[in-house]
Amino acid sequence: MTGILVEVPGFFTTVQDLGRDGFGPLGVSASGAADVISLRIGNRLVGNPDGAAALEMTLVGGEFVFERRAVVAVTGTDFGPCIDAAPAPMWTSIEVQKGQTLKMGAAQSGARGYLCIQGGVAVEPFLGSASTHVLSGLGGFNGRALRKGDRIELGTAEWPFRKRWLSAEGLESLRPRLTIRVTDGPQSDWFTDSAWKIFCANAFQVSEKSNRMGIRLEGSPIPLDSSREMITEGVSLGAIQVPPSGQPIILFVEQQTTGGYPKIANVISADLHCLGQLRPRDSVRFERIGMGEARSLLMEQAALLASKEMIRE
Amino acid sequence: MNAEFRAAGDQSLIVYLGHQISIETHQQVLKLLYLLEREAVEGVRNLHPAYCSLLITFDPLHLNHDQLRAKLNSYLNRIEETPLPIPRQVEIPVCYGGEFGPDLNEVATMHELTPVQAIELHASSTYTVHFLGFAPGFAYLGGLPKALASPRLQTPRAKVPEGSVGIGGNQTGVYPLATPGGWRLIGRTPLALFRRDRNPMNFLRIGDHVRFRVISEKEFAELRPQ
Repeated sequence: MTGILVEVPGFFTTVQDLGRDGFGPLGVSASGAADVISLRIGNRLVGNPDGAAALEMTLVGGEFVFERRAVVAVTGTDFGPCIDAAPAPMWTSIEVQKGQTLKMGAAQSGARGYLCIQGGVAVEPFLGSASTHVLSGLGGFNGRALRKGDRIELGTAEWPFRKRWLSAEGLESLRPRLTIRVTDGPQSDWFTDSAWKIFCANAFQVSEKSNRMGIRLEGSPIPLDSSREMITEGVSLGAIQVPPSGQPIILFVEQQTTGGYPKIANVISADLHCLGQLRPRDSVRFERIGMGEARSLLMEQAALLASKEMIRE
Repeated sequence: MNAEFRAAGDQSLIVYLGHQISIETHQQVLKLLYLLEREAVEGVRNLHPAYCSLLITFDPLHLNHDQLRAKLNSYLNRIEETPLPIPRQVEIPVCYGGEFGPDLNEVATMHELTPVQAIELHASSTYTVHFLGFAPGFAYLGGLPKALASPRLQTPRAKVPEGSVGIGGNQTGVYPLATPGGWRLIGRTPLALFRRDRNPMNFLRIGDHVRFRVISEKEFAELRPQ
């Protein structure tokens, strides 16, 4: 066996990659990493393709015994990784020897961290992706979060170890924001100016009931024009639904594919990764921007990710 | 073809082909979906059909709303001449009431029917799969007799058993997987509506015509896959 043994699973640890696109007509949403930027960088640090499958940990990291030597990188929120008893750096490729344990604990801030391993985590793909879709019990490792005693197989890795780390500027520019930028959504004009004012001028608190399917927010209720009847329609990642309670819900990676609540706005693509780092009781604000600006911000982010200065050797 | 486009986000566009649930609008959505599945537009990532609309998500680094809109217009111009395949006729055996349909009696009472009348009514109609959505393999069926339309539960169930047949408003449907759900449950099918080890995984497809057949508990047990 050449894998890792789950000694402590952490609060909620699943196998994730960049998700599965193209199965909307079956009602299957993309799933995938909640913070794709951290996943991509972690994979680059260990020499994997951006979309290699990794372990996504939530709020509390796990402890994993390595049954073979591996090159790994821990990215995302800081779970204070240690190899056996020795602290190990984040955002850096590190070597774990056969028999050693990579230990992580609770995060002080942020929500999700990634354990990327050279060669990737090997699970049987479902519809072309290793991502776990927890609600439907599909994909990933047996369609569920990891448990103590699970043994996760690793892909083959034949590259020599190279020390790589994320530059300080890279880390700074990718820091998750607490002011999330949004564009209009398909029902934005159903909301009055005063509803928009409430949405943009107030902070909303992330509810304990949030998960990978949806981020539930609590705050000043957003008034709805109840005379308009909504017909169930397709919903996009980051859509901000307003149910009759007026408490918004952001549809997240394991989203339902269709929905019947009006949507006031949609989180811009460049800020989707920030949603993955929201933890219960965090306070978020929204800033409304135009479609053109949203596109420019995404282009800038893509250019930044592609730049040679990001990852140092 | 009268279509309305709206940006749904910086990487998605929604096309409305009507503003009322009808078979005609459903067929327009279906035709556009078929065209886009047959002749994929480069940069399009996913398609989410629904009652009156199709949401299209795309790679914003390779396509923008205006380009996609222009492409879609050329597809929409061909919609009238696009034939639809003859719908499949699909039968779903259902054991109504009892532990399989805990809300049957309430639904019947709501409409001043006996449970048997409610069952007969539900099994007498032919339904159309308007789309699969919400969760994997979940079919939204149109064609519920008005006399059975029932409001959703005030508090959704945390876990609806797989195969449960429910009524939500003027829609009916079968839960393919054990998921949370707020529809009123009137029966259960022994058929597996979504199986990952089967090709295709989904039992129902968009556009199918569906009838429910009343079965006994004994037949339910016999039909249940081991």
